[in-house]
Amino acid sequence: MLCQSCNKNNATIHFTKIINGNIEETHLCDSCAKKKNDFDLDFPFPFQKIFTGLIGSVQEGQQEFKNITCPKCGLTYKKFLEAGRFGCDKCYEAFEEDVESLVKGIHGHTEHKGKIPAGASNKIQHKKAIDSLRKELEESIVKEDFERAAFLRDEIKRLSCNISQGCDEYD
Amino acid sequence: MTKWLESVGTDEDVVISTRLRIARNISNYKFPDFMTIDEGQSVTEEVLNAMKDNKDIYKFYRIEDLSQLEKTRFVEDHLISPSLATTTKSGSFLLRDDEKSTIMINEEDHIRIQVLLSGLNTYEGWELCSEIDDYLEKNIEYAFHEKFGYLTSCPTNVGTGLRASVMVHLPCLSMTGHINTIIDGLGKIGLTSRGIYGEGSKALGHLFQISNQITLGEKEEDIIKKLNKVVLQIVARERSTRGYMLDRKKIELEDKVFRSLGILNYSRLISSTEAMAHLSNVKLGCDVGIISGINPKDIVKLMIDIQPANIQKSSNKEMMKDERDVYRAQIIRNKFIDMEG
Repeated sequence: MLCQSCNKNNATIHFTKIINGNIEETHLCDSCAKKKNDFDLDFPFPFQKIFTGLIGSVQEGQQEFKNITCPKCGLTYKKFLEAGRFGCDKCYEAFEEDVESLVKGIHGHTEHKGKIPAGASNKIQHKKAIDSLRKELEESIVKEDFERAAFLRDEIKRLSCNISQGCDEYD
Repeated sequence: MTKWLESVGTDEDVVISTRLRIARNISNYKFPDFMTIDEGQSVTEEVLNAMKDNKDIYKFYRIEDLSQLEKTRFVEDHLISPSLATTTKSGSFLLRDDEKSTIMINEEDHIRIQVLLSGLNTYEGWELCSEIDDYLEKNIEYAFHEKFGYLTSCPTNVGTGLRASVMVHLPCLSMTGHINTIIDGLGKIGLTSRGIYGEGSKALGHLFQISNQITLGEKEEDIIKKLNKVVLQIVARERSTRGYMLDRKKIELEDKVFRSLGILNYSRLISSTEAMAHLSNVKLGCDVGIISGINPKDIVKLMIDIQPANIQKSSNKEMMKDERDVYRAQIIRNKFIDMEG
């Protein structure tokens, strides 16, 4: 059977639509089927597509792919949307903006509340401490309290060193 | 095999088993779907190294070293997941000698810790799971994000990475059709119901697996508490339906149970689906006192032993379906002769 659209290739995709008792049959070749955008919606599609559809920036019918690639594993944004799977831990940061709406759609939450690895909890506490010291540093500069600012700068440096392992104090 | 059945949980007249698994990944490696075989090998070595002091308790298996039959048997025994059995990139696992826990390596995530216990045992299960997790973490740096928690290959597992499931036997709720209302309701509170061999498989023998759907934004203890509460309610509902049927439809129930017992005792050819349906009725008969002298746990064990790969393993050869059906009928008859003395 020939493809109904191009009349050249063999039809490899046969599709029957029944709406209110009206039967409509479509026979297409691979390449014509791919071109028909509306056709995709009726195809059995992988489960992943359901939740990549939850991402805010992907509008219905529009396939606008951001030009982002994960710096660590090389996964492109497009591939991520197709597979619904991350390539590595850094993908979560590379695509962070959309990950937030994706996980919100799946879980109804965006913030982890459970267990924290013992090793990581120190780092997280340090990071949080650094963030608050930075704020304080900005404030003391504004107030021209340079003595306090110098102390805070050293403190931030010391904590940052603690995070990257193997760094001596004030190195 | 099926040593895990020997542990003791509560509510065993309705609850078959409790399974918990947590998904973890190692920082600085690509996730299994995207890594090379060599990277997969390094991940395996990291896990083995982290577990090296437990060599006597955990036995190591590489998927590629197992025959198709052996792999399927581990799946049928619920000791590994169907996806691990089909991995092609350095999939492997460590199985504890009492079979209560498995550490799967390079499935969808680098590490999946599974704990499997008999009956309803969610709290003990979580304790054991978390203990293994803490132990691994001493030597492994997990992929963890301040905001999103434990990072996983699939966003449906991110956060706690915890999937807690309880396998329940609900023959009376199924017979009365009430099961559908329950399944619908589960979705509304972040829980879900699956067939007995996990995702994508159909429910056999009135066995349902109830598990949490949400992994992010709730503490592990809260996830488990919620599941436990809901399961206890379902257990109570199944029991009251059993009571109602014994009260009002005793003869019909007895008829169903004894017909099944008859078929299992005398059939010469039986498929696993048919056998599961009758074993389910007989288990119900034991649990409500219609049948005495048979330990319901033996029926659960039989439900596992009659699955295709287990049948072939016990016969020591690969078999065609017809051959298996004959052999299955024989195994069941012999078992019933043993059980009924």
